Formats: sequence, structure tokens, C-alpha cells
Amino acid sequence: MALLVVTVTWGLIRIAPGTFYDSEKKLPPAIEANIKKKYGLDKPWYTQYFIMLGNVTCRTMAEDETTINGLQFNVGSSRVKCFDFGDSLKYEGQSVNEIIRRHLPYSAIIGIIAYLLALVVGGAAGLLAALRQNSIYDYGSMALAMLGLSVPNFVLGPILVLVFALGLYLVPAARWGGVLNLILPVVTLSAIYAAYIARLTRAGMLEVMRSDYIRTARAKGLNETTVLLKHALRGGIIPVVSFTGPALAALLAGTVVVERIFSIPGLGNIFIQSVLNRDEPLTLGIVAFLSVLVMLLNLIVDISYGFLDPRIRYE
Amino acid sequence: MLKELSCPKCGAPVTLENERQKLVLCSFCNATSAVDFEDREHPRLTLEESGVIDSVQRIKGASLWGDAWKRLLKNRLAVLGLVVLAVMFFLVTVGPAIFTGITGLTADYIPADGNLLKSFPPSMRHPMGTDEAGRDIFARVLQGGRISLAVGIISTIVSLIVGVSYGAVAGYLGGSIDNVMMRIVDIIYAIPYILVVIVLLSVFGGPNTQVLIQWLPSIIVGIIVGVAAMLAAFWLYRRLFGEMTARNLVERLLRFVVGVLVAVAVFALIGAASYLVGETGIGTSLAERYSDRVNLGLSQIFLLFFALGLVSWLTMARVVRGQILSLKNQEFVLAAKATGVSTFGIIFKHLVPNALGPVIVYSTLTVPSVMLSEAFLSYLGLGVQAPYASWGSLAADGVKNIAIFPWQLIFPGVTMALTLFSLNFLGDGLRDALDPQTRKF
Repeated sequence: MALLVVTVTWGLIRIAPGTFYDSEKKLPPAIEANIKKKYGLDKPWYTQYFIMLGNVTCRTMAEDETTINGLQFNVGSSRVKCFDFGDSLKYEGQSVNEIIRRHLPYSAIIGIIAYLLALVVGGAAGLLAALRQNSIYDYGSMALAMLGLSVPNFVLGPILVLVFALGLYLVPAARWGGVLNLILPVVTLSAIYAAYIARLTRAGMLEVMRSDYIRTARAKGLNETTVLLKHALRGGIIPVVSFTGPALAALLAGTVVVERIFSIPGLGNIFIQSVLNRDEPLTLGIVAFLSVLVMLLNLIVDISYGFLDPRIRYE
Repeated sequence: MLKELSCPKCGAPVTLENERQKLVLCSFCNATSAVDFEDREHPRLTLEESGVIDSVQRIKGASLWGDAWKRLLKNRLAVLGLVVLAVMFFLVTVGPAIFTGITGLTADYIPADGNLLKSFPPSMRHPMGTDEAGRDIFARVLQGGRISLAVGIISTIVSLIVGVSYGAVAGYLGGSIDNVMMRIVDIIYAIPYILVVIVLLSVFGGPNTQVLIQWLPSIIVGIIVGVAAMLAAFWLYRRLFGEMTARNLVERLLRFVVGVLVAVAVFALIGAASYLVGETGIGTSLAERYSDRVNLGLSQIFLLFFALGLVSWLTMARVVRGQILSLKNQEFVLAAKATGVSTFGIIFKHLVPNALGPVIVYSTLTVPSVMLSEAFLSYLGLGVQAPYASWGSLAADGVKNIAIFPWQLIFPGVTMALTLFSLNFLGDGLRDALDPQTRKF
């Protein structure tokens, strides 16, 4: 599946006119031929494709090969190398894997904190709205959630900067640094997910609270807190869990914007740059890496259904 | 006066026993027949004419859509959303013309006076201020709204067409076809689509549209051949195996092999056809002839329509499939089948219209999400490009000058947020109105 994504991306990049060595000046044919030879671009396209595919998946290493890109395993007597995307074309001498490893932590930290924040804030707001249905809390939090859904994050981010950084001098406006620097990006990124999660939690909880097993739990004489936390919450957050899959994909897009607004050297920024620079190995590497990541997390989400709702069974 | 009547069956004369009689029995052939004559002295009156229900209100049958409309009107937020959207739509379509009419300026309002080439804050003359090129932001917002709304609506229509056909076919045919089709959807769902859209737009967008023109004949022929080959393959498969279920392992294996072979053949045919068309050089000559005349900004927008439409059909396909699954075992489908309606006819004439409610609801909710994606792409510089503007690209321009000219961001941003807000409220209201069972209490 990931291979499919890689193939499509590779095809798209190949079709595109223009190459990474394009510049204002036209290169002499001899130099162009040399560049092509160095990167193997002089071979026919299907050979290039299979070389790429071999590097991306697994191949046995040559005896004299010393550069360490990708993961290496020892299978029998021969060494096998996997996930090798080669060197970046724009940042010379740096391997794709190195670049990903270096820039991933920034995006990951912001993404994870933002999602947790969204989970806590959205979940609390949704729970409050569901328990005090049709009260001022309900309408208030739902209106806020709707607002969160409707304001694009690249509008919200700069406005937050304007108010809290440039107006009130409370937090730094941009760049990576201490904990204070994290506040604005994380809030910007989490707003839309908090809104989604609040709506999903409210809907899910309202439905669950009317179901038979909650009535049974109450009839058994359990106190309200136990009913709520041990029984209702488990069923009520299933919609939230299934939202995690799409949310992850959207989180990627969100980080791209947030990294750009707050000048954070994360993976999203690097990805956009690589696409615009026609830095094929880097684009491929990032697409493949993120696809695999999202698919893995989706798998975890699917498995976790079984724990949350005992009625769901897999054959 | 009583009419002379004859039995319609045998022609024997019959007599009526009283004036109000409605049926007569022919004594000759024993057949009962209805009496049809006009009694001038005692005309039959309708209920209103006779005054029986004079003061009683006439009850009108409630239709699904009428009911839904009433429920929607009760939802104040949804009505508000509808009104805001209507006003926005009006302003965006007719607004620029009115603006030009009143001020006598072009829609962009580019000043001849060099002193105006700086960004002014909102004033009476420029309700939203001007940007640093001296253009009136209100005018730009109206112009940008056209493109933003167009992208939202047209991409949704693209996703509607693809999603509804795909979901309906999968849901109705069921079985292994459904299985394969929905697994494909699952797979695409797991792909972080925004990455693919970014790559797609940066590859074909901007000055690279030539490639698209060059490939256009191949793509069109490929699609036509593909659809034809798939229909043929489907027919062939039916012809070979009928609708019987496989009896043993060998038969199942045989079917599997034939299915794979047919699929490979279809793809090979598509590839060959596209390749042959590419070899004829039509595309290249087209590109040579027209590449100067292509409006790059506009073609970028068309690309956006398709790129966004083609990634947002997945949920639509799932929604439609679910609806079709619950509808397809009902009696009206059986009746249609019994009267010999074709599979295609059953799907698109009987099933799809009945699944329309959720489809409408879901499309109303797709529009804002597509508009958000468009704004996001424009913000990254991959979407709508100058001289065209959308709310997203205007806001993106505004972000650059946020500290000095905040109005450049705030007005397009707020307009967009207001529209999305209304669309979301309308979508929620429609869901409650059309689908009361899933109502969120």
C-alpha cells in the first residue's frame, strides 16, 4: 500500500517538467549529461523506477558499500539495507533519512501536544454539553466549537500572534525555543480538533446515555460517577476514536501551516520546500514515511475499538 | 328523470330502483356494473360545496420535503445561515458589477494617483481599507468570493458524482464486488491525501499546465476506453458465470483467475490506448498551438476543482453505500426488478433518489471543508494565483503584513469564517430536518 503511494508520487514527480538543477542559466549540454549520469537519470525510466523501488524496499548491500542510509539488517551472511531514499538533491551530502530524523521531532512534539490538548479541552467541553444538555453550557460550548470549525488556522494563528505576542507581549511570536514558544502553535493547531472532538463527544455521550446498558447500570444502584466514567464514557468516545484516523491526516496538513506561520523547522515545511525544489528523494521519503505512520496509527485505532466496546468483534 | 340504461356486458336493458343508486345488477347476464349518469336535479356536491366542512380546515398530506422544510425553518440558526449565505451569494455574484456602477472604478480599483499606492485603513470610501497596491479590499473580497464559492461548490459536485455512483454501485451489487470496491476506499482513506494534492498541484499547476494539455488527448481516450472495457468485462464475466454462486473450490479459483486476467486486460487496454494516442503526437501539437493562449490562473483553478473533488468523494461513497444497503431489500426494488428494469435503472432511478436526504446533508457539509482546503492550498501558494484571488489567497497575502496592516487579513478572514459558519449551521440544520432519526437530541 505504501509502495502504491510511493509509485504514484514518483510518477507525478517524473511527469513534471523541470528538474532540480534548473536555474536561470541554461547549463551546457556536457554538464547536464554529467549531472544526469551522476544521479542515474540517463537510464530509461523503468530502470530508474526499479532502482528506486529496490532502494526504498530492501536490497542486499554491496561488499564495499559504507554509506549508512536507511536501516541495515544481517540476513545470513549478507547485509540487507531497507528504506534507503538516497541523498537529498538540494541539501548536498545529507541523506533523506537524516533530514527526516532531524526535523521530525519539532512536528511530532507540536502535533502530539496539540492532539492531547484537543482531546482534553474538546472532551471536557463535549462532556459538559452532553451532561447539561440545552443549558447555557451546552449552547456556549457548541457555539465555540462551531467557531473553531469555521476559522481557518492560518487566520487564527496570525490573529493570536497579533493579540498575545505583538499586543500583550505575553509570549514569543515565532521560532522554536522554550515552552512559551510552544503555546501559540499548539493552540492554533488544536483549535479545529478540539471543536470536532467536542461535537463528537457530545453526540456520542447523548446517544450512549439513552441506551439500555446505562439504564441497567443505574438500576443496579451504581452511583452516577461510576456510571458515567466506567460505562458511559467508554461507549461515548468511540466516535472520537474513529475520528483519530482522519484527524491524523489533517494534522499533517495543519502542521504545515502552523510551522510556516511560526517559523518552526518541522517536517511539514521541509516537505513543501522539497516539492517546490523538485527534490525527488526527499519528497518520496517524506510521503512514504508519513503514509506508513498514518497507516500504522489507523491500525492501532482499529484494534483499540475492541477494547472500548466489547460488542465489536473481529473475525 | 331516469336514463334508459343497458348492461355494458350483454346489452340487455336494466332499470334503476332509485336515483342514488351507483351499481346495477343485470338480471340477464348476472354482471354488476357501475352506473354512470348525470343527475341534473340532484348534482353530486363536493364536501366544500355542500358546506359540510365549511369551517373545518382542510388537511393537506405531509410530504417528506415539506416536513423537512418546516423543521428547517424552526431551526433559527440554520435559517440565519441560509440568509447569510443568500446575501453572500448575491453580493459575490452581482456585487462587483454594482460596485463598479456606483464608484465608476474597475472592480479591483487600481488608482491612477501614485500617492494612493499604500495601504489605507478602513474608511468611508474603502469600507475594508486598501492593500499596499492601492486596491480596495472590499472589491477584492467580493471577487475572491466568486472563486472561493465556485471551488467549494464545483468540487463538491465532482465529489458528488464520483461518490454517489461509486457508493451506489458498490452497495447495490454487493458481494465480492462491494468488498473490493470498499477496500479500495479504505486504502485511499488511509493515505494522507493532502500530501498527494500538494504534489499534484505543484506538478501540474502554474506554468506546468502545458504538460496537462499535452496529455489531455491520452487521458480522455484512456478514460473512454477504460469505461468501455470495464463494461465489456462486466458483461463478459456475467455471460461466462451468470449469477450463480460458485459450487466448489475449483470453480471459485477459476473465477478468481478469470477476474484477475480480465482486470489486467482492462488496464493493458487503457495503457495501450493512451500510449497510442500519445504516439500520434496530437497532444504535442495541441500543446504547441494552445499553450500561449491558456490562461494559467484559470487552469490552476480548474485543477483545484478536480484535485479537491477527487479526494473528497470517499466519505460520500460510504454514506451512499450505507443508504443503498438498507434500501435495496425493500419491496419497491423487488417490484422494479420484477418489471424488468435494468440494474443501471434500478440504481440510478429507484435507489439513488431515495438516498438523496443524507447525500444533500453531506454535500452541504463538504462545501465548507473543501473551501477550507482551498484556502489552505492558496495559503501555501499552490492554490489560486495572482491575478485571481480567493478568500484564502487574500488572507495569505494579509498574513505577511499582519503587524502593520491587520485589516488586510482580518476582513477576508472574517468573511470566510462567516461563510463557513453559515454553511456548517445550514448543514447541521439540514441533517436534523432531513434525517430526524440521527438528530443530536
